[in-house]
Amino acid sequence: MKIDFTVNGRATAWSGPPVTRLAAALRDDLGLTGTKVGCDAGDCGACTVRLDGRQVCACLVAMGQMAGRSVETVEGLADADGTLAALQKSFLDHGAAQCGICTPGMLMAAQDVLANGHAPTRAEVEDALGGVLCRCTGYGKIVEAVMACAPRVEPDPTAGAAVGARLPRLDGVPKVTGRDRFGADAVPADALWVRVVRSPHARARFGLGDLAPLRARLVSVLTAADVPFNGYGIYPDVKDQPVLADGLVRYRGEAVLALVGTRAEVLAIRDGEIPIEWQPEPPIYGIDAATAPDAPLVQDDKPRNLLLDGGVRHGAGDVFADCAAVAEGSFETAFVEHAYIEPEAGWARRVGDRIEIHASTQTPYMDRDEIANVMRLPREAVRIVPTACGGGFGGKLDLSVQPLIAVAAWKLGRPVALVYTRPESMAASTKRHPARVTAKFGCDADGKLVACDVRATFDTGAYASWGPTVANRVPVHAMGPYAVPNVRSWSEAFFTNGPPAGAFRGFGVPQAAIAHEAMMDSLADRLGIDRLEFRHRNALRAGDVTACGQKLEHSAGLAQCLEALRPHWRKAQAESAAFNASGGPYRRGVGVGCMWYGIGNTSMSNPSRMRIGLAADGTLTLFNGALDIGQGSNTIMTQIAADALGLPVAQFTLVTGDTDLTADAGKTSASRQTFVSGKAAENAGRDLRQQILRLANAGPDAVLSLDSAALTVRDGAEVRTLDLGKVGPLTGEGTFDPPTTPLDANGQGIPYATYGFAAQIAIVEVDIELGTVKVLRMVAAHDVGKAINPTLVEGQIEGGIAQGLGLALMEEYLPGRTENLHDYLIPTVGDVPQVECLLIEDREPLGPSGAKGIGEPALVPTAPAILGAIHHATGVRMHRVPVLPHRLREAILAREAKP
Amino acid sequence: MADYLRPTSLDEALQALARPWTVLAGGTDFYPARVGRAIDEHVLDIGGIADLRGIAAEPHGWRLGATTTWSELRDAVLPPLFDGLKQAAREVGGRQIQNAGTIAGNLCNASPAADGVPPLLALDAEVELAGRAGTRRLPLSSFVTGNRRTVLAPGELLVAIHVPRPARDARSAFLKLGARRYLVISIAMAAATLEIEDGRVRAARIAVGACSAVAQRLPALEAALAGAAIDSLAERIEPSQLAPLSPIDDVRGSAGYRLDAAVTLLRRLLAGFAP
Repeated sequence: MKIDFTVNGRATAWSGPPVTRLAAALRDDLGLTGTKVGCDAGDCGACTVRLDGRQVCACLVAMGQMAGRSVETVEGLADADGTLAALQKSFLDHGAAQCGICTPGMLMAAQDVLANGHAPTRAEVEDALGGVLCRCTGYGKIVEAVMACAPRVEPDPTAGAAVGARLPRLDGVPKVTGRDRFGADAVPADALWVRVVRSPHARARFGLGDLAPLRARLVSVLTAADVPFNGYGIYPDVKDQPVLADGLVRYRGEAVLALVGTRAEVLAIRDGEIPIEWQPEPPIYGIDAATAPDAPLVQDDKPRNLLLDGGVRHGAGDVFADCAAVAEGSFETAFVEHAYIEPEAGWARRVGDRIEIHASTQTPYMDRDEIANVMRLPREAVRIVPTACGGGFGGKLDLSVQPLIAVAAWKLGRPVALVYTRPESMAASTKRHPARVTAKFGCDADGKLVACDVRATFDTGAYASWGPTVANRVPVHAMGPYAVPNVRSWSEAFFTNGPPAGAFRGFGVPQAAIAHEAMMDSLADRLGIDRLEFRHRNALRAGDVTACGQKLEHSAGLAQCLEALRPHWRKAQAESAAFNASGGPYRRGVGVGCMWYGIGNTSMSNPSRMRIGLAADGTLTLFNGALDIGQGSNTIMTQIAADALGLPVAQFTLVTGDTDLTADAGKTSASRQTFVSGKAAENAGRDLRQQILRLANAGPDAVLSLDSAALTVRDGAEVRTLDLGKVGPLTGEGTFDPPTTPLDANGQGIPYATYGFAAQIAIVEVDIELGTVKVLRMVAAHDVGKAINPTLVEGQIEGGIAQGLGLALMEEYLPGRTENLHDYLIPTVGDVPQVECLLIEDREPLGPSGAKGIGEPALVPTAPAILGAIHHATGVRMHRVPVLPHRLREAILAREAKP
Repeated sequence: MADYLRPTSLDEALQALARPWTVLAGGTDFYPARVGRAIDEHVLDIGGIADLRGIAAEPHGWRLGATTTWSELRDAVLPPLFDGLKQAAREVGGRQIQNAGTIAGNLCNASPAADGVPPLLALDAEVELAGRAGTRRLPLSSFVTGNRRTVLAPGELLVAIHVPRPARDARSAFLKLGARRYLVISIAMAAATLEIEDGRVRAARIAVGACSAVAQRLPALEAALAGAAIDSLAERIEPSQLAPLSPIDDVRGSAGYRLDAAVTLLRRLLAGFAP
């Protein structure tokens, strides 16, 4: 059918099947990929456009309904000459775009309140944006940007003043104009498409029937036999996850077949036409089933279903008898889904004897090595070209689309694309480990901690993924950010037929923090000590020795965080007491959560290498292998490099991620990029500066300026100008690998070179009759060493808080039941509190300008603070998250029923 | 190749319905059920039929056209009788869904958690079904018969919802309970319409949703409210009045919680009528 309609004011003719979604027509046929698709079901709002002046989800509109109508997309916001609309500029300046995948939808939804002509209230803004999910920002800066709808005037930093400046993100303009290219946005027109056939069973054997009829209708049907090395996994010795299952599946959603053909061809195959004979077996769900004496094995060569165990022993053993107060408790958490708004997506092509993969990822170099292994190719034969990444949070550290598109493109000699649907993304991808954490803490009569014994048991799902990382990290952190002389911590991870549990912002530490913070509340209450003061008394400080036997030489700012929170804490306590005095079903409470977090890998080398090129024509380029997944490393690395070199940020161009063009800066995980890659960038800047100073025979305080190929070096009265055409090109290079040592059998050693510290307070209102919890406000104090870019640091904190709130109150992934974004709930703009960030800068000498990491620390204290606040408000200590309304109401009733 | 028909008149649509079609209006339930697969059924798009859209006051009540969207309802000038339905309109999905989703679609989709059903039950709404042989009207309570089940016959379309004009001044209200603020499927809902005279309830219509396969009126509670002073309505609630409900345990809440929450919602809803 031919449809005439208007797009961004221009008459447009489209033809195709009228049932085609407007989102698909805009993206696939009209090239307007600024409209993003996150779910195709109206659940996420990423595809929000304006249809005849009203916001709608473009995934829910049939092209047959478009004749004569007018649609506005993000591409229509800026002027034809590229001048940004006021709202786009406001988004940039307020740091309202992180990964950028929800940004077009947010911008279009926000038009509702801009059209009104009066300054919108916060409630009006929330109503307008309520249908668009964001997983990065925590919404606060988006709401601010819309309410202000005006640029925030900050001068461009001069040379040497970039670090510490609230610089708008350098990669921001493409994000607010819709021009950024995510995994699904630049698929070649001639690409074939993969549709993955996945297991509907959590545990089953299967046989393939006659594939010939399918093969006759498609270009190819790939099975396990087509994969050169059919196993992958994070650790070099644990390649336990098949690319395509071979006769046996271990979780619902596991890939079994890859159908390859045109997009229409692969979608047209009905499930019933796929000849697989399933023999389902009873699945092993949960830790208890996996550890039962007669439990079947999930993986035959993993006895007891055990992936890994280990712990930390420090000081004496059972000394609880000598303690003035002892607290004990056991806490459970669920599978949690990353729910990045961009589902996994990418495409691959064969270029001669090389394979080239364009996909959304957090870790191009690990992808390169893993694909080389799967393909049985030398790693030089693999090129990873990362697309923009629409959120990761750990979930895009594992392979997803990459091996299937690589195998297909290699075999067929044509570009091959794969874009996960939302249910597929949720079923197939890794999750946060469900945990059962049992903790016992004791203190003396002065409230000084004496001993703790923490055991954390994790459900690692069907495959190892990052399970070992979680199991290794948690015992080191399980006592919390406190000086505890006698520590026993132990963690173990078991295979089940759940989805593979992998990396998710915090690597198990958020689960453990729920336990240790509940213990702090409990001990403080028993001794009648204020909960915040109790923590302050026990906070790890510089000079203390950790349970691993590591002396913290510098940068342990928890006490400063708590001191910064103290006035907020007292005020909030007084306010909630006054509120509660009037009675009624709404009760307010205040809670505090603390955390520490080792930056970078646990006792393992995790080097970064950065390069800065100064070309003969004066082009200054940061070759940056550290992937920006929304957190802002493109901007942070440049700020650091610029000041180390001594030239302004504005003169840098960026080459990011491409494994042919950059050096390995490791993965974007473990809160390591600012600390590790940032240090490498600083070293690279210094290296280049040294070369320049040598060439100019100038001293260390010389001032550089760059004008095309003329590089001027002013050293006091002496001014020398280098002609880069003659002396160039120059390359500065820097590396950094944080110094750590292996842990011995008792967990003694130096697991991390530095730690982030934080404390957050939550003020909640509980509806005790309905069991609902509204987080009214959070105040977050984070010791980040040095805030390279305070706006970006706040963005991490606010986004981490939103995810921590989801973990605490609403998120629970149940295979087969919550595989979409209307049954699996993440916070909306109406659920997140206003957040006040207090940045503490207890300088880390190893870090660039003293900086540490913030990505994961942002999330860890949030759930503990909320749970403490719920307890404060109601007297109920919740031992299981999420605290769904019915669970809290039932706990409140049970408490009331007690005599 | 599947057919797609977008008639501009009801007649044309009804003629087409001589053979099976999937009816499409706002698309907010149609597309989510078809993620990641080819759409190969015949689609009858009723969004182009002007007669099916809009709200009209008539002598005996109001006619809500089938494809009236939640936003159109929310923005329409209507008496306080409709306040509860308007509150529900603001709670359906987010703005995007409210701008596209239709009232009749919500009824025909027949989810136990359909936000439109309790307030329309409390308005004593009737549905008008048209077929080639003519039209029939029946109470909403007999139209939706179960989870995803209605009495819509092959060849029939739901063309309008009729809300009768009450004998006296009436007010209505609606409360929804969900686990987050926006875009949320209800755990429980309560809707009430009260005809009020001299500070006392003359007639009450109360419905609770998401606590049974189909939202239910609560006749015993309605009877108990008759004659009550509007500042003391909540006192009339007794657990036994919730007998028509049969909630289930699911990911959003337990059965026991739903009953408990329904009582709370009803109490708050009724307390809200006090001056």
